[in-house]
Amino acid sequence: MGAQKKSSAAAAARISDDPEELSRVPLQAVLLADSFTTKFRPITLERPKVLLPLANVPMIEYALTWLESAGVEEVFVFCCAHAKQVTNYLQCSQWLSQPNFSVATIESHNSVSAGDALRLIYERNVIHGDFILISGDTLSNMSLNRALQEHKERKKKDSNAVMTMVIKRSKLSPVTQQSRLGTDELFMAIDPDTKQLLYYEENTNHLKGTLSLDKMLLIDNPSITLHNDMQDCFIDICSPEVLSLFTDNFDYQHLRRHFVKGLLVDDIMGYKIYTHEIHSSYAARVDNYRSYDTISKDIIQRWTYPLVPDVLLFGNSATKLEREGIYRATEIVQSRSAQIGPLTVIGNGTRIGNNTKITNSVIGKGCSIGSNVLIEGSYIWDNVTVEDGCQLKHSIVCDGVVIKSGSVLSPGVVLSFKVVVGQNFTVPAYSKVSLLPQPTKQDSDEELEYADNNSDIETSPIAGAHDNLNGELTSDLTDMQSSAAEELGSGGAGYIWSICEGASEEEWRHSVAPVPAEKLAEISQTIDDDLDFSYQDGNAPASSGELKPGGLSDSDDDDVDANNDSAYFEKEVEATFLRAVHENVKVDHVILEVNSLKLSYNMEFAACAGAIFYSMMKLALGTPYNSSAELYNAVVNVLTSWKRLLKSYLSGKDEEIEIILKFEEMCSELAKELSPLFTKILCFLYDKDMISEDAILDWESEKNYADESDRVFVKQAEKFLQWLREASEEEEEED
Amino acid sequence: MDFQVVVLAGGFSKTLVPIVSKEVPKALLPVANRPVLSYVLDLLEQSNLKDLIVVVEGNDAAVRIGGWISAAYLDRLHVDVAPVSEDIGSAGALRSIARHLTARDILVVSGDLVSDVSPGAVAAVHRRHDAVVTAMLCSNPASGPAESGSSSAKDKTKKPGRKNIIGLDPSRQFLLHIATGAELEKDLRIQKCILRAVGEMELRADLMDAHLYAIKRAVLLEVLAQKETFQSLKEDILPYLVRSQLKSEVLSSNLPQLEENGNDKVNLQNKQISQSHILANASNRGFHELYPLALDGSSSARRTHKCCVYIASNDKYCARLNSIQAFSDINREVAGEANHLSGYSFSAHNNIIHPSAELGSKTTVGPYCMLGEGSQMGDKCSVKRSVIGRHCRIGSNVKIVNSVVMNHVTIGDGCSVQGSVICSNVQIQERATLKDCQVGAGYVVTAGSEYKGDSLAKKEK
Repeated sequence: MGAQKKSSAAAAARISDDPEELSRVPLQAVLLADSFTTKFRPITLERPKVLLPLANVPMIEYALTWLESAGVEEVFVFCCAHAKQVTNYLQCSQWLSQPNFSVATIESHNSVSAGDALRLIYERNVIHGDFILISGDTLSNMSLNRALQEHKERKKKDSNAVMTMVIKRSKLSPVTQQSRLGTDELFMAIDPDTKQLLYYEENTNHLKGTLSLDKMLLIDNPSITLHNDMQDCFIDICSPEVLSLFTDNFDYQHLRRHFVKGLLVDDIMGYKIYTHEIHSSYAARVDNYRSYDTISKDIIQRWTYPLVPDVLLFGNSATKLEREGIYRATEIVQSRSAQIGPLTVIGNGTRIGNNTKITNSVIGKGCSIGSNVLIEGSYIWDNVTVEDGCQLKHSIVCDGVVIKSGSVLSPGVVLSFKVVVGQNFTVPAYSKVSLLPQPTKQDSDEELEYADNNSDIETSPIAGAHDNLNGELTSDLTDMQSSAAEELGSGGAGYIWSICEGASEEEWRHSVAPVPAEKLAEISQTIDDDLDFSYQDGNAPASSGELKPGGLSDSDDDDVDANNDSAYFEKEVEATFLRAVHENVKVDHVILEVNSLKLSYNMEFAACAGAIFYSMMKLALGTPYNSSAELYNAVVNVLTSWKRLLKSYLSGKDEEIEIILKFEEMCSELAKELSPLFTKILCFLYDKDMISEDAILDWESEKNYADESDRVFVKQAEKFLQWLREASEEEEEED
Repeated sequence: MDFQVVVLAGGFSKTLVPIVSKEVPKALLPVANRPVLSYVLDLLEQSNLKDLIVVVEGNDAAVRIGGWISAAYLDRLHVDVAPVSEDIGSAGALRSIARHLTARDILVVSGDLVSDVSPGAVAAVHRRHDAVVTAMLCSNPASGPAESGSSSAKDKTKKPGRKNIIGLDPSRQFLLHIATGAELEKDLRIQKCILRAVGEMELRADLMDAHLYAIKRAVLLEVLAQKETFQSLKEDILPYLVRSQLKSEVLSSNLPQLEENGNDKVNLQNKQISQSHILANASNRGFHELYPLALDGSSSARRTHKCCVYIASNDKYCARLNSIQAFSDINREVAGEANHLSGYSFSAHNNIIHPSAELGSKTTVGPYCMLGEGSQMGDKCSVKRSVIGRHCRIGSNVKIVNSVVMNHVTIGDGCSVQGSVICSNVQIQERATLKDCQVGAGYVVTAGSEYKGDSLAKKEK
């Protein structure tokens, strides 16, 4: 009934608009029912993100309800991963039979990014005018009228204004530098008068204390506003050109990282993006587990009105709002001694046992919760069984999970579908548990993530089977259970996914659990050092800070530039390499990146080899060591694991000599602790065929006439050199 | 008010050759027939800031400027003229007079500032926020209420990069970022920690730093002592203070010093601190106070200081005489739209002709012109938008447009002077034509000669 009311209200709004826009095409929207990320794994291996419940209602409901109320008439739901599930869901829902609001699905099985999705939509030729582009996990109650009108007016004046982004103010936590939605800090530069977006940077390097803006920005605009306090709502009003832009630039994948930045940086095309700030309305996107938590709470606290459980009629079960923000469905069996705390949603048909305490949580339909259970800040989906004496804190528990008596879920735990937690088992904090084993190819490289998404699709028939063929599934399950039983205590079923390397540190950032206090303390400690760092950074290369003005103008000379260039190049290579190490980037990709750096800095292969070697040594030095033997081991480790990378730049003797020289330089200047190991490492390099004996001997002869001080390492390596010479002589003799 | 004023009057500026000369240092260049320094001194006097140190580069210049000040401001201001060596920069100049600085806050003013913005207002802002440094900003380019758009547009096209880039907080009270000089040629580098603390930063390229700063003495002395390489107040000290505002490095070492100096001073300091707290609480608390608080409890370890700005409203006049172009612009504007600065009252024709000046028949002096004491003009002359000094002798049929003519200049019949600066004691013989020229003191322009865009000066002997 509520939906009908809304649609009639929307219709009324449409009628009032009509006289102005007689010739208009119906307002269209594209809803991407795939986030093209893996942040919600392992849950999204089995169910698409848009169907995950948010306060017991699937996310896509919120998005569609909002689109309908905002006056959108035609929605294209783009499904990719688990496309069948989405289309099935929509067919069962009322959305396909609404008057004045048509929902059509577009299925694709080979799209790996939002870019691909938009290209496909362009090919289908279904978009005829301005359209709203949102992701299916977006939640909003804003009115689009003003933003649309602004967009249209701008478009009339300047046909290059192709997109309007909706933004909202949101202050970051001063300690974690995260928004309350768990997204990283975002820097935007906006023209205060025209609201044109001039700069957009979301993944800034945390180590860098400064933000670099193109100087041209301020030459073109007398004043710009730099924002760190804005949140991108991921609601875009786009002109049809956006689709063709994606088609023209076939390498655009990510909406923000590629498309927005592409348009901003590359002003040849002259396309402009504008922003629309909303103040009192709500708009947010479920991007990670933390935003899932935050947005759920916002819904319960009614910031998203009318998108709240008691208004949004879903599944024909009425929900009543009681005092202190407790939402109860009608048929709940609750023990008298159970306490239900504030800000809690409890779904239909759920049973709650004696002395159970539930606060700040969402409980789905048909759950059965035993006695003496403590549930705090958790999200429990449908048909979950929680046996007596369990403790659940800040966790997400998906459909059909069984938690046996006495178990404890530590903060940040995610239990995917139908996992069974054994008796008296404590699930460690931030662990993710699924019946499906973790995909072995866990690579954090962006493009591979997309590729992984493809494997989602492969698994999706199985996931689809979950819904349809229960009988078959159970046999599957028992297989899995037997194999995965041990990990979750006696009688448990599921794999605890190992957290991929490097990310374990950051796990708390995006978890449903609040940031632990000790982490906060730790970070605020380190901020001190960060500040120090930023000053150094600010002083060293750019600002006139401590340099004489005269000196500065001189330093613009070319030779200094060249020096700077090579220094910058080295830095960049080092950064690339370190990133590769931390994120497990493939060697081929690193080579590709270094090659592009080489081109952009106009460097020789020798310089690349030197820089890579340098970064490797730095990495080895970075690992903690107590004795030189340990250091040697570290060096050997690094060298062996990245041998292929180094080898690919060692095409000739010159490069090899360059490496030796670089190594020498490092030993004598930067890292004296390496110097005793010089010969040993040189030997190793020789053994592993990275450096040929010719190169070593050439290096020696090059050093023949050098100063005594320069020959320290030649002397150190004398024995080795001797041996080399003899060996080569022998060889010659043999010949 | 316990403010001590330091006027940086410069010396014989190289950028202003040939119009400065041994006789006329930069501070004594005439603007509407008054030395430019007098504008600053009058302005300070109006704000009741009467305790001044005028810092002059070079002894010769100091003697000249000192002589002029003691004659003109006798009994009005208490002025010390301090000569410093040349080319040590503004920071160097302050360093060499550091021992004379006694007041709690120092107001540093550039001697070439022509403005009607009250320094008192800047001082008040400084005190209200208990700031470490407060800078005065005005709209860029230096313009009065009705700037003759063309010249400023020209300036802009000439040097598009030569601006300040200034970052302000949303309330436009605090200075968050400043890029000057050589930094402008590079990409902007904004400190993230400051941006994070404020959330929103407005970057402006259309504001000019007026070179009027209020600065805490203790901080100034400390920075001068610690950072020996700092040469310029604007390019080194100010950016340094702005950069380090969330992690203050100043004022730390002098706390024990204060204790040594006796308890009463500490008490005074405490009182001031509590006062500033009261003031800060009365208004919205700025990010400087909130920032350390947000970082749980470690506030005692983190000290911040404030860098404030005073932004002059758009109807105020503010310009600096730091180029030849600026010299002619300021002269024109002070004689014209910004004539309230000149201190003269204008006639019905919107011009000033000294009663002792003599005009020949059919000679017209247009609006926004000035004709100094004892100058004579022949017949059929025409003067438009120009300033003519004292005791000039101008023949007949002379056209003077958009020019500045200093004192004791002789211009022969039939000359045409356009867009030029003619220094004192120049002789321009008959029928000479000058367009966009600067003629140094005592030069003789031969009869019938034609110059365009030249800089003419006597050879140094």
